[in-house]
Amino acid sequence: MDSVEIGLWGVPLAILGGAIRVSTPFIFVSLGECLTERSGRINLGLEGTLVFGAMSGYAIAYETGSPFAGVLAAAVSGACFGLLHGWICKFKGVNDIAVGIAMMLLGMGLAFFFGKPYIQPVAPDLPSINFGWWSDVPQVRAALQVNVLFILGGLLALAMAWMFRSTRVGLTVRVVGDSTDAARAMGLDPDRVRLLSTAMGGALAGVGGAYLSLFYPGSWTEGISSGQGLMAIALVIFARWNPVNCFWASLLFGGAGALGPALQSIGISEGYYLFFAAPYVLTLGLLILTSSPDRAMQGAPLELSLTK
Amino acid sequence: MTTFRNLDRRSFLGTTAAALGAAALGGLARPAQAAGDLSVGFIYVGPKDDFGYNQAHAEGAAAVKAMAGVTVLEEENVPESQDVQNTMESMINFDGATLLFPTSFGYFNPHILELAPKYQDVRFEHCGGLWAEGNPTNAGSYFGYIGMGQYLNGIAAGHATKSKKIGFVAAKPIPQVLNNINSFLLGARAVDPEITCQVIFTGEWSLAVKEAEATNALADQGCDVITCHVDGPKVVCETAVSRGAYVCGYHADQSPLAGDMYLTGAEWNWAGVYTDLVASFMAGEEIPNFLRGGLADGFIKMSPLGPAVSDAGRAQFEAVKAEIMAGGFAAIKGPLKDNAGNIIAADGEAFVETDVKLESMDYLVDGVMGSTS
Amino acid sequence: MSAADQIPTRAHLPGARILAGLALRAEAVAIPLAALLAGFAAFSLFLLVMGKSPAEFYGLVWKAGFSSAFSWQNTLSRVAPLVLAALCVALPARLGLVVIGGEGAIVLGGLAAAVTGTAVAGVPGYAGLILMALAAMAIGGFWIGAIGALRIRRGVNETISSLLMAYIAIALFNYFVEGPFRDPASLNKPSTAPLAEALRVGDMPWIAAHWGVVAGVLACLVSWVLIDRTTLGFAARIAGDNVRAAQVQGLPVARLVIGFTALGGAFAGLAGFFEVAAVHGSANASLIAGYGYTGILVAFLARHNPLAILPVAVLLGGFEASSGLIQRRMDLPDATILVFEGMVFVIILLSEALYGRFRIFTPAFWERR
Repeated sequence: MDSVEIGLWGVPLAILGGAIRVSTPFIFVSLGECLTERSGRINLGLEGTLVFGAMSGYAIAYETGSPFAGVLAAAVSGACFGLLHGWICKFKGVNDIAVGIAMMLLGMGLAFFFGKPYIQPVAPDLPSINFGWWSDVPQVRAALQVNVLFILGGLLALAMAWMFRSTRVGLTVRVVGDSTDAARAMGLDPDRVRLLSTAMGGALAGVGGAYLSLFYPGSWTEGISSGQGLMAIALVIFARWNPVNCFWASLLFGGAGALGPALQSIGISEGYYLFFAAPYVLTLGLLILTSSPDRAMQGAPLELSLTK
Repeated sequence: MTTFRNLDRRSFLGTTAAALGAAALGGLARPAQAAGDLSVGFIYVGPKDDFGYNQAHAEGAAAVKAMAGVTVLEEENVPESQDVQNTMESMINFDGATLLFPTSFGYFNPHILELAPKYQDVRFEHCGGLWAEGNPTNAGSYFGYIGMGQYLNGIAAGHATKSKKIGFVAAKPIPQVLNNINSFLLGARAVDPEITCQVIFTGEWSLAVKEAEATNALADQGCDVITCHVDGPKVVCETAVSRGAYVCGYHADQSPLAGDMYLTGAEWNWAGVYTDLVASFMAGEEIPNFLRGGLADGFIKMSPLGPAVSDAGRAQFEAVKAEIMAGGFAAIKGPLKDNAGNIIAADGEAFVETDVKLESMDYLVDGVMGSTS
Repeated sequence: MSAADQIPTRAHLPGARILAGLALRAEAVAIPLAALLAGFAAFSLFLLVMGKSPAEFYGLVWKAGFSSAFSWQNTLSRVAPLVLAALCVALPARLGLVVIGGEGAIVLGGLAAAVTGTAVAGVPGYAGLILMALAAMAIGGFWIGAIGALRIRRGVNETISSLLMAYIAIALFNYFVEGPFRDPASLNKPSTAPLAEALRVGDMPWIAAHWGVVAGVLACLVSWVLIDRTTLGFAARIAGDNVRAAQVQGLPVARLVIGFTALGGAFAGLAGFFEVAAVHGSANASLIAGYGYTGILVAFLARHNPLAILPVAVLLGGFEASSGLIQRRMDLPDATILVFEGMVFVIILLSEALYGRFRIFTPAFWERR
């Protein structure tokens, strides 16, 4: 590969590339959680679902030779975790936050348990689309190697926003999320809506995990997730339960995460730990700026235990 | 999941172990060891098949396992907290282990130092080279001069690079890592003094996404040969290859991951070291508390050269390797400055691989882009 | 049933009132215990599917976690940080806040303790230790208290801010340990300067586990008294149920929120102090061991009841203590204990649906006898 000296341009390029590369798991998990929370449930267990999705996706991709089969397996296993969470939480008196934390443990435990034989093998990666064909600069081409899942995530965000705004399904989820009693009065079954929303949320989180193990960084190790699942749930609150905002929040978070390594690569290397904290500081700062005591939880589903 | 494959490891539920455990129920007294039956415990900080630090040790443990009259106990993913003390005591009390290999650097202080006086008839062998005069005599410490391996990596890299820029993904700016970075660049500069090395610190020993980002940032800056010093090099290798960069391995053999892009690698060779140590222990011989070795002593080894290494590269690699094997080789030799302009070695001054001064290294040499803090 | 039926004086059996009172407590013990057994049964199935013996598994858990003085030492040595980290979740939970960032307060508390320790090296007696503990509690209290303040003053959701601040705390911790506060002699394991021997916390005389366990028990008792036996705790519960109602009644909601979060943070900071003073002897990256996250689970399993936190932490400590033996004896991976804990805890949480379902546990059942 003949590279071109890009010097300082490396930083914005890395942020762009990083945003595209790193953000995808956040997009999927936050969209999944957005759906779940709009139905009035919170599933904190998505970190475990993500890790299990990463493992099952990698394992199935390796066994079948098809990364897409892996993604499917991750989605199915994620949906199973979601169903379990949704089923448990329908019982009165069960705390959905607590169940989520226990499910996180269970998901990670099962992923590590069954994942041992797959740490060593190399599974096929998901393909990417080259959006940088117009450029002669290899770095630009590399940054614009966009994975199909990223594009899918963007479309999904739009579709979900549209669904909430103008479809019957979206309305149903919203009604259930805002008032169990009103939903019952309308003849809806809130438990079933929440069960399906949580299952769907789990499936998306599983896909997010498959992206980690099958594309970027693209291998299965026990340390594959550094809390992406947990962080994505936080991003949903940050995005005020709006799917399109979830997408942008994930991009912002991914891009900020690329800042640390990129700055080091152009020679700004002192205090790198502080640069690594950039995504968290940035998110917190924006959160403080955009919050106010009067509209503390604008957009929050009223039945959500987290914000009640 | 239907694909669970039971790891065909040896089951340790031997009658001996059960009997020992039953005896331990009564209290803290450690039951006497049956003659000729030695329990050796290996403790890893991460998964033992990480293509890296822990795998290197686990390969050593596997060699010990093949020895007669030895039972190997293993535990992986043990953090450097109270947990490792509990694990060591559990191996001693429940399984009658009398020789322990707690392999992670952070296990020594305070954990081994705390337990060694309490269990006088157990031998603690720690990897990392920390033992000093005044520490418990039933503890010992071993390490290898793997910087020389990175120097050889550098030679292979120097012949392979076209951009004259090579890259290093590092965890933390500690002496062992800095020595590797400096050796890597100096090896490459032995081929071409124009070469520079970009380093990126991830701040953690194991952090997959950040390692991938660091590798991408290096590739963006035009680095076309990349190596690393993190616990599990799998992510760095695969990412580098996907960006079209050559890879030099570290800790263990990563050639299955990098294929033709793999130049060579600096590997630990614990199998020989561990079987020797266990054999001496069984024979009741004195084991040095402070044990070091390099390429010539079989503590480290190089991965076979990959197909991308040119003939000239191969020749220089072998020549320097022979020089190192002969002993007294110095990578750090004058005139040499660090990358802030301070003099490291005056003309004629040289620090050979065994020099203890290298173990408090706090600089990056001229030509390395990065900073130590 | 008319209202008159519920008047205790109608009870026929002598001591029925006591029985009625006991019934609720019995429920609080019987249901989790039954759920624990159900969890064991579910995991037994898992083991059978894997071709392993459940009997052997539970035998090893018992042996490694609870059977002997050594097992208890192994179990208890994990309890102190878990209990203190759990209080950092349980106290704010009384006000309806879900704080999941205790890890940040632990590491910063540890750093503060270590740095104070080098500054007070010459101070005689226990004064140095007390100063270290106070410094740790102060920074922990500030860190989590700030989350409470952001919530009440700016409406910033505490769950997300505590998580973000935990990551920021760890970055700051790493920066300080490897930068300004690094002991130059700590070559390959960057650490703060080692604490003087006089500033180390030792083991308790009767068992080889450090004094942090006692501190954890005391912290639980203090928290229980605060929540259950003081007007402050009562006010906090009202505010936790309904902020508006509390404000209408003129309760100092803002001060309650900041006070409870700060106290929880102070306990987490204290956990950091014990990790440094009793275990590590200096602050370094080994301190980031995830106790803050495990503490969340402990608090939720204990239903945020400080007295229940202790047995839950002991149970968890015992499970984790057996992990090694299970790896070695049963040839199972280290994640087995995670699966075990996950299954058991999911089932215990599921059992919360059973409260109030059994008439035998209702006071009315006994009062009418």
